[in-house]
Amino acid sequence: MANGAGVLIVGEVAGRELAGITGELLGVGRKLANARGEELLAVFLGSGIGATAAGAFAQGADKVYVVDNSLLASYQPESYAAAMERVCAELTPGILLMGATYMGRDLAPKLACRLKTGLATDCVALNIDPQTRGMLATRAAYGAKAMAEVDCGTVRPAMASVKTKSQEPLEPDSSRRGAVVPIAVQLNAALAKTQVVNRVTVEVKGIRLEDARIVVGGGRGLGSIANWKSLEALAADLKGAVGSTRGACDEGYCEMATQLGITAKSIAPELYIAVGISGASQHMGGVSFSKHIVCINKDAESPVFKLSQYGVVGKWEDVLPAFHRKVKELLAG
Amino acid sequence: MKCLVFIKQIPDPDIPPTQFRVDTRTNTVAPPQGSSPAVSLLDELAVEAALRLKDALGGEVTAVSLCNDPVMNVIKKPLAMGADSLILLQDPAFEGGDAFTTARVLAAAVKKIGSYDLILCGRQAGDWDNGQVGSYVAESLGIPCITIVGKLEAVSGKIRAERTVGDTVETVEAPMPALVTAGNEVGRARYPKLRDIMAAGRKQPTIWSAKDLGLDPSTVGAKGALTKVRRLYVEEKAGQCEVLKGETPAEAGENLALKLRELKII
Repeated sequence: MANGAGVLIVGEVAGRELAGITGELLGVGRKLANARGEELLAVFLGSGIGATAAGAFAQGADKVYVVDNSLLASYQPESYAAAMERVCAELTPGILLMGATYMGRDLAPKLACRLKTGLATDCVALNIDPQTRGMLATRAAYGAKAMAEVDCGTVRPAMASVKTKSQEPLEPDSSRRGAVVPIAVQLNAALAKTQVVNRVTVEVKGIRLEDARIVVGGGRGLGSIANWKSLEALAADLKGAVGSTRGACDEGYCEMATQLGITAKSIAPELYIAVGISGASQHMGGVSFSKHIVCINKDAESPVFKLSQYGVVGKWEDVLPAFHRKVKELLAG
Repeated sequence: MKCLVFIKQIPDPDIPPTQFRVDTRTNTVAPPQGSSPAVSLLDELAVEAALRLKDALGGEVTAVSLCNDPVMNVIKKPLAMGADSLILLQDPAFEGGDAFTTARVLAAAVKKIGSYDLILCGRQAGDWDNGQVGSYVAESLGIPCITIVGKLEAVSGKIRAERTVGDTVETVEAPMPALVTAGNEVGRARYPKLRDIMAAGRKQPTIWSAKDLGLDPSTVGAKGALTKVRRLYVEEKAGQCEVLKGETPAEAGENLALKLRELKII
């Protein structure tokens, strides 16, 4: 596939709507397609998703395809990789993008290996090199201490996975419409080597971390489970959620599911309040797209101050109760 | 149960951001004086996961690393933790590779080793954070791959792994041989005991070159790479934090709340 053309994004749906990442992929995909003077294509894999997929037109897609198959009802690595191999053979895209989501993190390298093509993962910016017309990807490295610009190579399609909440979706244009085109793929159940044998959904108290407008983050410095509850109380009053660092999880102050960082959850709330967090890059890489970051830390030299807009230097034990009281007072007033 | 664990030696991940420098000519990290490299944390968790299986079921754990410049007391950490043997893959031809060529070398090593039940590695290495090598190796070997796992169990020829997907914990099963990549969910890695560190110091790694692995040097390292890092740089952080003052830390805390109200965030 040396001469692929077109920018293809792998869309995801959430229930009957396009997932947030799909809008982001269409946003950045549109920019790349325009730079190359090519079409923006979107493909969706799943079962009974045609009507939802059509929403991609309004968000910037020129053509929308679906692989509709009951074996694709939920993500299954081998079946999805086989379907995407077929899709790439049919559409011969020059660039292929997916989200660095639970699906994309698993699927992208699997597919890149099958297509023997270059892949850049967790990208925060994508551009077209005006000279080579190849894709240049910007991504964090070394635990988000450095940024790397990666040339995705000459094999087509050049692949990238895009960090969630890193791109702007386009303003939806409902006058953009079209017919969703099915792509037929032969699949059989025997392809699936891995099988989900059980699913347990953890009951989330209050607001989901990923959906919260305000997130209160705590680290190992909180010192005890009892102290951790003061973060939960603050988050509850702010109608927000609590996030954590690896250290806090290791100490058992909180659930692993609350961990934020480049190898944990990434969030982009309106406000992130870092309490007793030093600001290790690994952690901050998961919150760097927050609109506002503020911190409370006893060490004025902590890296967290470099990444915060406002900060208070002091022990959290001294600062947090007064901060919480004042917040309550303001919210009540 | 025979486990192979891929580990990577990386620059010290605890270099403070203020001291973190890159050599822009070579696009590599220039570690500060006196800093020592480390085994990538998630690879350590992979070693931990393998050792837990060994504790439960017996068998052996072999660590495998593509590493041209090993610091012996670092790269031998899996041995100190309880792994049985260490294989180092070293060849000047491996220099300048990417995830794709790294996986090619590792897959060749696995083929040379021959028999195994499970391969483990970190979900991504703490230097490039690519998160690709495990999947590539599994694909090249044609074995199932379960990424970003926590708890593992081996049950009648199958590996059973827990994966956290959002608010759901999935239990995924695959026939062995298989490959799994370890996530934070594994928990904490064991600390080696002094006695075991001493014993590890006396063990000698096996060293294999490209030739030993039957690899054509033009297919590995920079020559075989599909991607290329054009530029590695440290982003200037805004660094415009306004530190809020007060007579007491408590008052400063109140002022933070007032500031958030002023900005209409709360």
